[in-house]
Amino acid sequence: MKRIAVFWLVVGVIGWALLPWYLTEGGFWRFGWLADMSGTNISALGAALTGKPWLWLPALGFVGAALSLGLARSQLATARGLFASGTAGLALLMGQALLIGTRYGVWEAENPGIGAGAFVTAAALLFIATTGISGLGKGRGDAFVTGLVGAIVALVAIFVFFPLTFILVRAFELKGGGGLGFGEFLPRFLSSNIWGIGCITGGGSCGPAINSFLLGLSTAAGTTIMGLMFALIFTRTDFRAKKLLRVLTVLPIITPPFVIGLALILLFGRAGTITEFFSWAFGWEKTRWLYGFHGVWLAQMLSFTPIAFLVLIGVVEGVSPSMEEASQTLDANRWQTFRYVSFPLMRPGLANAFLLGFIESIADFGNPLVLGGNFNVLSTEIYFAIVGTIADPAQAAILSITLLTFTLTAFLAQRFWVGKKNYATVTGKADSGRHAALNPVLRWTAYLLALPWAFFTMVLYALIIFGSFVKLWGYDHTFTFEHYLRGFKIVVRNGVHFTGAAWDSYFTTLTISAIAAPLTAAVGLATAYLLVRQKFTGKDAFEFSTMLSFAIPGTVIGVAYIMAFNFPPIELTGTGLILIIVFIFRNMPVGVRGGIAAMSQLDRSLDEASIMLGANSATTLRRVILPLMGPAILAALTYSFVRAITSVSAVIFLVSARHNMATSFIVGRVENGEYGIAIAYASVLIVTMLTVIIAMQLVIGRRTLRRADRIEAH
Amino acid sequence: MTKGSVRFEGVTKHFDDVVALKPLDLDIAPGTLVTLLGPSGCGKTTTLRLVAGLEPPTSGRIFIGGEDVTHLSATYRKVSMVFQSYALFPHMTVAENVGYGLTVKRMPKSEVRPRVEEGLAMVGLEGFGDRLPSELSGGQQQRVAVARAIVLEPEVLLLDEPLSNLDAKLRRHVREEIREIQQRLKLTAIYVTHDQEEAMAVSDRIIVMKNAEIAQEGTPADLYERPNSAFIADFIGDANLLPVDVTRAGETVDIVVDGRQMALPTAFATTGQANLVLRPHQLRLTREAAADTLPAEVSYAAYLGNQVQYTLTTALGEIFAVTVPDANPFQKGDRVHIGFDPAAARIVSV
Ligand SMILES: Nc1ncnc2c1ncn2[C@@H]1O[C@H](COP(=O)(O)OP(=O)(O)OP(=O)(O)O)[C@@H](O)[C@H]1O
Ligand SMILES: [Mg+2]
Repeated sequence: MKRIAVFWLVVGVIGWALLPWYLTEGGFWRFGWLADMSGTNISALGAALTGKPWLWLPALGFVGAALSLGLARSQLATARGLFASGTAGLALLMGQALLIGTRYGVWEAENPGIGAGAFVTAAALLFIATTGISGLGKGRGDAFVTGLVGAIVALVAIFVFFPLTFILVRAFELKGGGGLGFGEFLPRFLSSNIWGIGCITGGGSCGPAINSFLLGLSTAAGTTIMGLMFALIFTRTDFRAKKLLRVLTVLPIITPPFVIGLALILLFGRAGTITEFFSWAFGWEKTRWLYGFHGVWLAQMLSFTPIAFLVLIGVVEGVSPSMEEASQTLDANRWQTFRYVSFPLMRPGLANAFLLGFIESIADFGNPLVLGGNFNVLSTEIYFAIVGTIADPAQAAILSITLLTFTLTAFLAQRFWVGKKNYATVTGKADSGRHAALNPVLRWTAYLLALPWAFFTMVLYALIIFGSFVKLWGYDHTFTFEHYLRGFKIVVRNGVHFTGAAWDSYFTTLTISAIAAPLTAAVGLATAYLLVRQKFTGKDAFEFSTMLSFAIPGTVIGVAYIMAFNFPPIELTGTGLILIIVFIFRNMPVGVRGGIAAMSQLDRSLDEASIMLGANSATTLRRVILPLMGPAILAALTYSFVRAITSVSAVIFLVSARHNMATSFIVGRVENGEYGIAIAYASVLIVTMLTVIIAMQLVIGRRTLRRADRIEAH
Repeated sequence: MTKGSVRFEGVTKHFDDVVALKPLDLDIAPGTLVTLLGPSGCGKTTTLRLVAGLEPPTSGRIFIGGEDVTHLSATYRKVSMVFQSYALFPHMTVAENVGYGLTVKRMPKSEVRPRVEEGLAMVGLEGFGDRLPSELSGGQQQRVAVARAIVLEPEVLLLDEPLSNLDAKLRRHVREEIREIQQRLKLTAIYVTHDQEEAMAVSDRIIVMKNAEIAQEGTPADLYERPNSAFIADFIGDANLLPVDVTRAGETVDIVVDGRQMALPTAFATTGQANLVLRPHQLRLTREAAADTLPAEVSYAAYLGNQVQYTLTTALGEIFAVTVPDANPFQKGDRVHIGFDPAAARIVSV
């Protein structure tokens, strides 16, 4: 314990006394601050000596830690001292950063956004405190484990909970700097601008909250039914082209959000191919029916059915064949078996798929943005409240709270009500029986619903590719490379020049996604490791808070980030870092899930054997657990990489001129009506992601060929 | 000379509301092999994991080699463990597995290699170093697990049902090997099993556990010959337990069994209801009645080659008997008379 504490003490003192405390001009990694360690590059020590005495405060933590290490007589006393000084130092550091020279400050002073020095100091204080906790006998006296828990808790607190508080604060802020109160919040929150039900009573249109809610219900119901049909076909029939169905499940993951919307416009919009055809053949009027509830719903059905399929295939497979066989030996026919045995066993899984569909639908941003028309939903209203002609952050905050209430309710219902019952029949025992086949009526219902749908999805994707190669969809179908050239032209003259308009955002996207992916995987897997393999107090709360960001819609996170990180103490807007961070914390739940699944398959005695042989938990993690988790790590990497590329909702608030992302570039083109280049770009992204996925699959495939699939202790 | 001793002082272990271990005092002498024996769920594995440091005790103190290790984590205890599942690392070769403990201690490669070879030689697996665990048979994997545990020269070796994944023949062979290595290296070993024959075969001492506490401890002979309870008598070797009334207690006793008075040359402390312990192979079966015999009817007879097993119905309940086969074995339905040698009989409390 002492060695680790001394290490962090030294690191912390260096951070405090030598590294630039505030954000530096050229960025930390340019090392310009090494040449000139004054001005904005000044360290906390330097600043404390020259008129910023509050920067002495964090150092008190180090003094306390040093005293505890030097003077305390017993191990326990040292541990207590370290814990106390670490937490005190951290509290002082945060206190001065939040309260001095900021909007919510109590003291006017020059105290800009914190930089590398403050970060290192804070980390050191945190680890001094967690090392102290390990000395108190928590976490089996393992400083690595307590440190990891501390680090993850701190990160989630800063990058999930801290920004969310800004939304709350903004929503309750009174006009003209009058402090906080319900005075303005309640009327605005409950106003008919949000909750209007005119579309139901017949008196006009509904408020965005009602729209979102109804849309969420319809999409959730639709995707659950379609997903179930696909899952039944996949597991209970001898349908030939099952491989093709599998492909369908990958598509939405690699599809940039508004591509489906675009394809629908090209088919059913006013100038869409199908609209044109019906108008020509039957003289039907060309209408704008697509722009509104119907269009958004259709697009969401196309986007989210595969996700429901993925969830439900596990559910349907989870119904143990031996139960169905038991039912049949009791002389139930196939319909009765399905009706009284299989279906009730699937019900919790269906509820689960429904709630997930609901969350996905009301958090969705891309489809309503492209197809919404006058149909306002919460996620797009939040966006327009921020970027619209009259920016109204308070309104955005209030809408965010509304949206968050919906998603959190569904999330809580999913976890505490459905989550517990789910998968009750998965025994973990190898079940050799065969699933009962469907009765003919059910089978044909499934075929009739699912197969045209699958066909339709395929057609849409084909059209996207096709559309990127024609001059002007709907008007001029001559073949052209024009869109690709505009976006991705390369000129080779005195070296290679990437002159296409899209290159900038393309490279930024790839770079930022490539940086975010391993960090996401690391945070996700570390969390999974703690959850599966370690015992500590507050573990349930820990798990809950790490999974929570799944229920926070991207638009809400985006708004929260610009509110929280636009001014000191943490100033990140306009940097690439904020994009990386937003990806890490939005995609982390998936890494955690994957990690938990993979780690639960690893026999626990493997870790224990390693510990018994004298390895500590860090070594065990590195030498035993991680090597055996190869496939899970690659999956988490691929997934977070791809998600970062296709994400739009949070990103659109956080991009800047220097760091523009592919998706926001495409949104810009769509808003200008330049569909050609938009879908050309989308096709390039899809191909890029497919390449990455296939490459990763090859790597994973090679590994699993070498060793047995399931990892057991031999 | 306390190196390798293990001592528990009032150790308890609770998992939430489950009491896995009631207050337990243990003292294990250095260089001995002690077995923890008992029915499923009695707390054997829990005791072992407490010695290992894989679980913290709820209360009490644990000493290894005279040193208080209650709060020392498993990483730093001089204890090795052989797991029931072997827990060989599937991504490492046999040699890497055996050398793992040395490598993580930062021992230079040049020193690790000879020690690994020595360890593999000790379990008779020279030349298997480059294989993966998945390329070994169950018995070989088991021996690699033993080698991996002993190359660290632990003070205490723990084995949790090390043989349960092996077939019956191999089990006898490997248990002899383990015993031989333990004696050669003069290791303290704690061995968990629920197979009483295995326990009798390898142990210096046996600790029988029941319901999260010790039921009796002693040498194999102690437990077999002087069981302190009906549970032990039945658990260590089969036993028939007949209800008797002790009319005179002391160094020798008088009992009343089935209405007949008998004197037995065995000690028992209290008068009143008790159990008479009769081992199945100590019973004599005859066709003619004699003094002190008990009439019975054969309800089941099984011929096993080297012995014949009988289930007999008597006025005192069912009795299980084993005899060497002779030319004229009893048949189902035969009326027989059971006799026994008073010197071999024992009395235990009910
Ligand atoms: N991690 C745990 N959480 C809760 N209860 C536990 C845990 N480990 C063991 N127990 C309980 O403690 C008791 C003792 O378990 P232990 O594993 O020591 O039994 P055992 O004697 O090794 O049995 P077996 O012969 O079946 O392996 C049991 O009732 C068991 O259910
Ligand atoms: Mg056990």
